[in-house]
Amino acid sequence: MKAAVVVFPGSNCDRDMAVAIETVSGVAPTMVWHGDAELPDRLDLIALPGGFSYGDYLRCGAIAARSPVMRAVIDAAGRGVPVLGVCNGFQILTETGLLPGALMRNAELDFVCRDVELSVENAGTMFTRGYHENETLRVPVAHHDGSYFADDATLDRLEGEGRVAFRYTGPVNGSARSVAGLLNARGNVLGMMPHPERAVEAAHGNTAGRRLFEGLLAAVA
Amino acid sequence: MKLRIVVTLKNGVLDPQGRAIQGALGGLGFAGVNDVRAGRLFEMDVADDTSDAAIDEMCRKLLANTVIENYRVERVA
Repeated sequence: MKAAVVVFPGSNCDRDMAVAIETVSGVAPTMVWHGDAELPDRLDLIALPGGFSYGDYLRCGAIAARSPVMRAVIDAAGRGVPVLGVCNGFQILTETGLLPGALMRNAELDFVCRDVELSVENAGTMFTRGYHENETLRVPVAHHDGSYFADDATLDRLEGEGRVAFRYTGPVNGSARSVAGLLNARGNVLGMMPHPERAVEAAHGNTAGRRLFEGLLAAVA
Repeated sequence: MKLRIVVTLKNGVLDPQGRAIQGALGGLGFAGVNDVRAGRLFEMDVADDTSDAAIDEMCRKLLANTVIENYRVERVA
């Protein structure tokens, strides 16, 4: 699997993401700096990692979404290249418009940093094919701005189209309809607040995230 | 040309920060604060020949997230 991990100033999960991808696929991803205007050719996956790009200035992910590399990411997504955005990566994806809605300050204003339970709402995607429909799994979250917002008509449409990939099974951050992970219409872009890359190895104490990367690997093989 | 651009949350968008500020005002003993919505103010100095269309585009492309926010442009001088 030929993968790239985009590194923004303030990213802090970029190396975790790279290690997770290499652990599962056996191939180290290319680390791409946000100021680069081009991505490597023929990528099987572009990962936007977690962190606090540009210090969360203006809005989380707002400045990163307008950085040079994101024009190349938007083009690649349009050609069908899989794009995975985790945490700040999800925020960046909504700020670019690749995913609808917005991620806002957690409803209780707390920074939430703990394992949460997710349900797999759509197991028929390249990202979730390693899971069973309605399976529940525990994955860590660590964010201050993860409350998903979209208007009711948009939420109805997203649910109707099977674009909610993961939902929280209990209260976490005030997300509308408990959305934890969301797909684009074509199904090649996934944004999620929980961190699958932090649940890959036995040493993490949890390997529930590993199957997301294994599923992707099988999908692009 | 000096501009003030005011960005506010749309009606119906939950504002937990505004709610916390409202609670803090109540805690200070200020009665009758019915609602607080937090927003953002940009004071900008732009070239005098900057078009309205360009200013509007700045707001839509970066300063406001129009999924959740409205914006208002005021010309100061």
